[in-house]
Amino acid sequence: MRYALMIYAEPGYLEALPEAEREATYAEYFALTDEGSYVGATQLQSAETATCVRVSGGRTLMTDGPFADTKEVLGGFCLVEADNLDEAIELAARIPAARHGGTVEVRPVMRF
Amino acid sequence: MFRDEWGRVLASLVGFLGDFDRAEEAAQEAFAIAARSWPAAGVPDTPVAWLVTTARNRAIDRLRRERTLADKLHLLPAPEAIVDEFDDTPIKDERLELIFTCCHPALPLEGQVALTLRTLGGLDTGEIARAFLVPEETMKRRLTRAKAKIKATGIPFAVPEARLLPERVDAVLAVLYLIYNEGYRGRVDLEAEAIRLGWLLAALMPQEAEVHGVLALMLFHHARRRARFSGEDLVLLDDQDRSLWDTGQIAAGRAVLDRAMALGGRGAYVVQAAIASLQSRERIDWPQIAELYGRLAALTGSPVVELNRAVAIAQAGDPGAALRAVDRLGLDDYLYFHSTRGELLRRLGRGAEAGTAYRRALDLATSTPERRFLTHRLEQL
Repeated sequence: MRYALMIYAEPGYLEALPEAEREATYAEYFALTDEGSYVGATQLQSAETATCVRVSGGRTLMTDGPFADTKEVLGGFCLVEADNLDEAIELAARIPAARHGGTVEVRPVMRF
Repeated sequence: MFRDEWGRVLASLVGFLGDFDRAEEAAQEAFAIAARSWPAAGVPDTPVAWLVTTARNRAIDRLRRERTLADKLHLLPAPEAIVDEFDDTPIKDERLELIFTCCHPALPLEGQVALTLRTLGGLDTGEIARAFLVPEETMKRRLTRAKAKIKATGIPFAVPEARLLPERVDAVLAVLYLIYNEGYRGRVDLEAEAIRLGWLLAALMPQEAEVHGVLALMLFHHARRRARFSGEDLVLLDDQDRSLWDTGQIAAGRAVLDRAMALGGRGAYVVQAAIASLQSRERIDWPQIAELYGRLAALTGSPVVELNRAVAIAQAGDPGAALRAVDRLGLDDYLYFHSTRGELLRRLGRGAEAGTAYRRALDLATSTPERRFLTHRLEQL
């Protein structure tokens, strides 16, 4: 099955780490995404760069920033192949943000 | 009528069909056929194999009909090819796989509980709803959501690997103990149901000390259930009529606890069972109980456990030390914190302070037996 792993974390948590640990964490991310189970992965630019778009009455409406006023924001996501939810959970648990106070949301991807 | 077979048959069908709804439907059909034909034809030599084979045949028929329909309509995806013939190998017991699927931590806890009672316990939706005092529609939705999540998210039908096992066994035991504790309130006898499931788990996982621990704990508590109330009134351990205790069940609890200890069990359930065992002795060894509560507090970090430890210290003859221990706990919103303080102050001859503590407890009491008990204590001061 294919799963999306969506990474929610406090902005700037990586930058706040001591340099050595930060470098190690980056290396960990790169190593993870090189694994066979990863279909794709991407990191998003900061939440300040977000624009929300709605269409109402034929007009395109834009607002600045992400919706919710929460501390954690979507910082990136991965697509992985796993045999079952337990495997997907293990992959999610290895994402560094998960142990740095962030949350990884695991969702199966719709297949058509 | 066939409650004991239900779980095994259903487990086998979920394993075969990979789908809870189809499995349940097929099992229900097979049990209905058995109810019609067994009284006249006699119970087959291997009822589980008979039921599983019958249910599988029904499920396959149904899949075939759906496939034919799908071919005609060119709309629905055709179900994958299925095996038509069965060999004679004995039906594998897949109840353990079923338990771990139903108690998967990705499911909401209330869904885990409902699904466990439905699939392994063989209770129907109405019975589970009555046990938890919710409308049947609510319970139906809860079960449907849990089954849908298992299917959509790919929760495996498998016993977890060794490195995941301890955490997942904990999750199963939490569900079991929750079912047991609901039994105090509901109308269906969930205590008996939890104990039945406990025996099943102990048979399926004979090497897991905590499984035996939780079973022993439930047996000790259950053995005292008839002595726990006098009419509507709560009866404390000290004042219980021991002739109402179920001695057979206490003996069974001891045997199960021995097994847990022999396996090297030192977990929270084993320690609690050891405490319950000591409490059901003729002469209660309170210093030993206080020591065990100390161990339990170290395992759980729970102030409520510390409160119980203080009670044991008082019972061992030192209410002064007990009060000092209680006063260190920040449990101001907890009824038993105040009722325990009241009791300790009463024993120390500080009646006025005891009255204040009992009144504070009474403010927090929600159930009638609790209120009556505390009112009675206040009157006795």
